[in-house]
Amino acid sequence: MVRSERVIFGLSGAVMALFLVGLLVLATGFGVDVPGCVTEMKPFEQDTLFQTGDRRWELHVVARMWAYQMPAVELPAGSELDIYLTSGDVVHGFHIDRTNVNLMAVPGAVTYARVRFSEPGEYPIVCHEYCGIGHQQMVGVIRIVQ
Amino acid sequence: MELTRSYRNLIRTELIVPMVLLVIGVYGGLMQVLFRAGVLDYDPLLKLLLDTVGAVLLAVDRLFGRETDPLVAALSSVDLRSSIMYYWGLTLHGVLNAIVFTTFFAVAFGNAVVPYFLKQPLNTRIGWLSAIVMLVGTGLAGIAMFSGQASVLYTFYPPLKAHPLFYLGAALLIVGSWIGAANWIPMYRRWRRENPGQKIPLAVMGMFATFIIWFIATLSVAVEVLFLLLPWSLGWTEAVDVPLARALFWFFGHPLVYFWLLPAYVMYYTMLPKVAGGKLFSDAAGRLVFVMFILFSIPVGAHHQFADPGIGTQWKWLHTVLTYAVALPSLITAFTIAASLEYAGRQNGGRGLFGWMFRLPYFSRERWLFSYWIAGLLIFIFGGISGIVNASYNLNMAVHNTSWIPGHFHLTVAGPVLLAFLGMSLYLVAQLSGKEVLWRGAAVAVPYLWLVGVLIFSWGMMRGGLHGMPRRTYLGAGALNPDLQGTPLYRADWAPYAEIAMVGGIIMFAAMLLYFVVFFGTLFARRVREAHLEFPVAEAYHDEPVRALNRLAPWVATAVVLIVLSYTPVLYDVLRSSFQKAPAYLPEYNVPEKQLQETIRQGQSSQPTE
Ligand code: HEM
Ligand SMILES: [Cu+2]
Ligand SMILES: [Cu+2]
Repeated sequence: MVRSERVIFGLSGAVMALFLVGLLVLATGFGVDVPGCVTEMKPFEQDTLFQTGDRRWELHVVARMWAYQMPAVELPAGSELDIYLTSGDVVHGFHIDRTNVNLMAVPGAVTYARVRFSEPGEYPIVCHEYCGIGHQQMVGVIRIVQ
Repeated sequence: MELTRSYRNLIRTELIVPMVLLVIGVYGGLMQVLFRAGVLDYDPLLKLLLDTVGAVLLAVDRLFGRETDPLVAALSSVDLRSSIMYYWGLTLHGVLNAIVFTTFFAVAFGNAVVPYFLKQPLNTRIGWLSAIVMLVGTGLAGIAMFSGQASVLYTFYPPLKAHPLFYLGAALLIVGSWIGAANWIPMYRRWRRENPGQKIPLAVMGMFATFIIWFIATLSVAVEVLFLLLPWSLGWTEAVDVPLARALFWFFGHPLVYFWLLPAYVMYYTMLPKVAGGKLFSDAAGRLVFVMFILFSIPVGAHHQFADPGIGTQWKWLHTVLTYAVALPSLITAFTIAASLEYAGRQNGGRGLFGWMFRLPYFSRERWLFSYWIAGLLIFIFGGISGIVNASYNLNMAVHNTSWIPGHFHLTVAGPVLLAFLGMSLYLVAQLSGKEVLWRGAAVAVPYLWLVGVLIFSWGMMRGGLHGMPRRTYLGAGALNPDLQGTPLYRADWAPYAEIAMVGGIIMFAAMLLYFVVFFGTLFARRVREAHLEFPVAEAYHDEPVRALNRLAPWVATAVVLIVLSYTPVLYDVLRSSFQKAPAYLPEYNVPEKQLQETIRQGQSSQPTE
């Protein structure tokens, strides 16, 4: 290997390592993380929304062809929401606009994400996995008020 | 090397049949951008086709005084404005472009490269067996898709169910490609005996790396198809474990992209430097790259499942780190190819820091193949960077399943891969048919036109994706449907992005049309010489022997260990978090297929008899 090759291979490795450190900081320091493995909750049929703390709520959503089975969600700004998601039929997506909540709803399993809404407004939820003929019409919404 | 007729026809068949299907596939792409932007709500050409076929059938039946063919009624009952037509077309687009075209090309290219570089004749009996199995598989899957019984997209995620022929066809296509590659092993053995101590030619090593990766990866999807999906779609099993099926699919899904990419890398390393007028900067770097792909392209599949339930975050992180490792060989390639091009530019008289860049045969009609490679490499700069974003664990949350993703992979599989495959298909078909490539100016224009189109297209798709515009979605009937204004569904903010993508998509389609004219024009042109097969062969500038890189077996063994280590915890998590199996659904109905049939049966029996 010539010198320029050694330099460039080393640099490439260093850049990639630096990126990895950045991601790790983002995950541990800023709490931007991917969903993990949920084993304590079984797939559910019923949707619900209830308060679990001062400014904290828990939401259960069942994605179905071609709507989200979920209660109307209207929360004050600054609320933190724990979302549990499953599917009642096929695979669906669940992406809350302008947030880092981006989940797959998979039949047979439950997934989880936590999100904090600091700005008031409407947050559309989009199904982004093909789930059959009505897929393009599958949306939901979360309302955050002052 | 003597080219038998059977050998020439084998490779020609493996190139021409998928090229004809690619015409349909890219036409589907055009429809998608128009449907997504809300410009069309039905496919006019398809309507014309159905109407014409229906009219002809009817006329024939009348002529012979026969009863009307049931097909006539079936054709006229197709609802072209139904939303399912979008997903019908998208399934064809994904399968024909990204699976059929690429798999056939890789086998055909190997059938040309391996005999050429090893100077050993190909066993055409086995070659044809492989081609026929692949063709039959494509035909069966094609019947299922075209007839609308497999509109499940090219990832066929259960529990959306396709016709059994779809799964069977996919399995046969894969098995056929295995047979094709297995055919090269005895040739290699013979070459090894006759040339003891010699390095295996880099091109052949690259093709073996390609198919080793392909073989290991497809084992998993073969298990998914044969043990989970096929019995289930035949009704032999009631339900399917969806998280398990997804994990098995994505074990295959990432190495799939290296299966696409590696034949292009073989061309970049072993042919491009020669055509550019120079040498390969480093032979050892090429070998190192192929070995690294064998090691790292498989134990990374969970990076497609960052958003999925049922896999622990620590394992997703592990797969991220390994994915970063598989980015290294591509960075090394970027350096080596750039260095080779610089050498070529200087040989051609380029001076100074940048002068060599202007001395490459970008627009040469004699060396027209160069344009296909260089345009692809330029596109790949953006494809590679966006790929690193996708692979980046939590960053993926910003782009997962948005239109950013198709924006990204049209810069990879529909960038360097597509252009390298198109260029090489034209090159091989012309040589093996004894033809001159017609309209070289047009042939050289194709890759640059595509470059412009795909950059515009991906810019629109990716920007839209960052604003949440979803992929795999008929936006024209949903978020961009003016009838839905005032509902939460309507998203005027996405319209500009869908329109930018449409403009790019139209240019891409124009580039492909030009290519098809050149390709089929050349194919049907007059024969001007004997059929032959000749590759541009690049010498190496630095050619140090690195013994460790000459044998693949130890690396394959290491790869298997890595795969076991990285996938055991993933599968363990998937199995313990999957609580129940899912029954089959058809894309058109929101009740399980069983229940649907039940309802239909009851409906029939309760109908009043008159
Ligand atoms: C005229 C050229 C093309 C155009 C305009 C085009 C356009 C598109 C669009 C708009 C999508 C996204 C649809 C959606 O997510 O709703 C798409 C998906 C896709 N395209 Fe293309 N494309 C073209 C050529 C190609 C080629 C040449 C390849 C591969 C060699 C390719 C491979 C794919 C794949 C694999 C998908 C994903 C399908 C899926 O999500 O199921 N495309 N294309
Ligand atoms: Cu959906
Ligand atoms: Cu991948």
